[in-house]
Amino acid sequence: MLELTAVSIANGVVYGLLLFMLTSGLTLIFSMMGVLNFAHASMFMLGAYFSFELGKWVGFWPALVLAPLFCGLIGAAIERYGLRRVHARGHVAEILFTFGLAYVLEELVTMIWGRNAVSSRVPESIDFSLLSLFGTSFPAYKGLMMAISVAMFVFLYVALKRTRIGLIIQAALTHPNMVSALGHDVPGVYVLVFGIGSALAGLAGVIGGFMWMTQPTLAHFVGPIVFVVVVVGGLGSLTGALIASMLIGIVQTFAVAIDYSLLDLFRAIGVDVSRSAPLYELYSIKLATAAPIVPYLLLVIMLVVRPRGLLGTRDA
Amino acid sequence: MTDGTRSALPLIEPITVARVRGQSVRVWLIAAVVLAALPYVPGLTSDFGRSLLSQMGIAAVFALSFNVLFGQTGLLSFGHAVYFGLGGYAAIHFMQAINAGLPVPMPLVPLAGAAAGLFFGALFGSVTTRRSGTIFALISLGVGELVYAMTFMLPGYFGGEEGITANRTRGPELLGLNFSSQLEVYYVVAAWALIAAIVMRFFTRTPLGRMCNAVRDNPERAEFIGYNTQRVRFLAFSVAGLFAGLAGGLHAINYEIVAADAVSAQRSGAVLIMAYIGGARYFVGPIVGSIALTWLQISLSAYSGAWLLYLGLFFIAVILYAPDGLSGLVVRHAPIARTKAFGGLLGAYLVALVPVVVVATGAILLIEMSYRLATQPEAGTKMRVLWASVDAATPWPWGIAVLLLAIGLPLLRRAAGMVAAAWDRASIESRSRSSQVER
Repeated sequence: MLELTAVSIANGVVYGLLLFMLTSGLTLIFSMMGVLNFAHASMFMLGAYFSFELGKWVGFWPALVLAPLFCGLIGAAIERYGLRRVHARGHVAEILFTFGLAYVLEELVTMIWGRNAVSSRVPESIDFSLLSLFGTSFPAYKGLMMAISVAMFVFLYVALKRTRIGLIIQAALTHPNMVSALGHDVPGVYVLVFGIGSALAGLAGVIGGFMWMTQPTLAHFVGPIVFVVVVVGGLGSLTGALIASMLIGIVQTFAVAIDYSLLDLFRAIGVDVSRSAPLYELYSIKLATAAPIVPYLLLVIMLVVRPRGLLGTRDA
Repeated sequence: MTDGTRSALPLIEPITVARVRGQSVRVWLIAAVVLAALPYVPGLTSDFGRSLLSQMGIAAVFALSFNVLFGQTGLLSFGHAVYFGLGGYAAIHFMQAINAGLPVPMPLVPLAGAAAGLFFGALFGSVTTRRSGTIFALISLGVGELVYAMTFMLPGYFGGEEGITANRTRGPELLGLNFSSQLEVYYVVAAWALIAAIVMRFFTRTPLGRMCNAVRDNPERAEFIGYNTQRVRFLAFSVAGLFAGLAGGLHAINYEIVAADAVSAQRSGAVLIMAYIGGARYFVGPIVGSIALTWLQISLSAYSGAWLLYLGLFFIAVILYAPDGLSGLVVRHAPIARTKAFGGLLGAYLVALVPVVVVATGAILLIEMSYRLATQPEAGTKMRVLWASVDAATPWPWGIAVLLLAIGLPLLRRAAGMVAAAWDRASIESRSRSSQVER
């Protein structure tokens, strides 16, 4: 039991930090621009593909820098030439624009790399066992991922709360006219924020490409979970996103490891449900099978209990 | 064209209620005649053509139900297929019961779908409509994923990947209908689609329908005059669920199978795109969008694996340049169609068509060749693009494609400026005319 708990917590923390990497850029963009970027997961996927392609040409370490850089440039271009046009028409238009963009990016990736998963292998330089836990080895790339994730949090937190540019960015969200009257380039700030957010997604993609299959459906696969994290943590709250990521990561990892159903629970308290009882099938679902829906259940529960999320301060 | 889905303005239309009723009765009668005649229009008389029409009808009901939320109430849902799919599952189980001997005629099956759509719309709506705007969009997405995942967890009810099948021909006959031909299926779909469209149109004119508009445009003010905005959103959501379920029931009859893809995020996205491209501000918009996109999907996906890319690009173009969709384009041209400058505008369109064709040809060439190389390498490099045979292994077609884009894009920019200038001239003329009339 101790072994199961320890391994599950370790895996849960790894998964949680990966989720945070994914959501940090989205949270940045949302909290500073009010734009819910549906193409964020696509940027993540693009990062994974760039890292695969660049890894073949220049190796892993340069790719770790170049792939996020390319994603950031693409993000900045998207803001400058697309999103800016619909900005005046409000948030629904922005959401729809990024939603359409997700379609296009998925198909562009298919167009270049094909429908099948590309084989992105963990490079040898970080593929060794860092330490072992109850006989399960803990590979170094997971350690690297955790380090990058924590670094992202610190970087964003300090950049937004403790620097001058961070203050300007925050002010530009609530008082764009005033900030621009003071001589700051507000549209430029938006380009910067969207670019950095996309670069963070790209960076997550470089690492995340090892954890999941790098294929065109990757964005579809991770997209919804990312949004769950953002809502549960509280829209726009960086710390909330971190807590929610860890929570979902750990809960889901534990759920996968637990092989019980509601039936077992009923039996334990002395109630025997017959096969002919209504909704028998629902009770017989094992928690391990139900693991994929855990985040969404959490989302619905959160909405009923505390609609603004864990650390949310404002309503969208 | 009266614009019933936008703002409270039509309330003060200077025409009498009786005249509005007379007009709409005439419009619906024409629609009924057209629907009845369509399967005999040359080109659509085959089973394929009638199946296409049936799909369009189903998509139109679904898109209209989506627009009760989006266009009318301002709720952007990314999980509307949930109610379509759950309605479809209820309908297919109902069909199985009929196959087993339940004495209900098949054409009434969509009612089972509508009931399930209403039930689940009210159930999930009671939670999701607590919020509006961005959060609502996210929650709808989450509920969609939840239900999609559930279909695989409860294979007894949802049938897993294979889905649930039933037979539409085995049941009590009504008016001699036994559903052995696609034509009969089409008429059932068309009849239900017409009824659904009339009811939804009527709904936009009810006090509740008007309150939906108010909640969309200014929820704060709606609260101030004493309406509970959450309740209005909830009611709109339930109505939308009902009609989505009805569309799901029609889907069950048409295909005799309902599988997990009926509740998938792809279907939710498709209905959003249909309604938006058609024009969410107008009642006919979603109908236009679903007809256009169903036709495009059937005809394009046979030729090109890249059809989703074209769809995505088209969708983005509509968001950027025609936010009121295809019907919005028509409506915006209506007031300037009688001006003298309109001829100039048409001329500008014709001139702009040249660079559009050049750019499109270049882009299609590039996209199709890349797609072939990336997704079907086994099919070889020799292929037909548009009307030309090309070999993607040689550099020539790539060079030509890039050249076409390099020539076309700058020209397109200039042509766009020309169109904008002609548009301005025409709209200034039409405005000065209408102000003269007022005087």
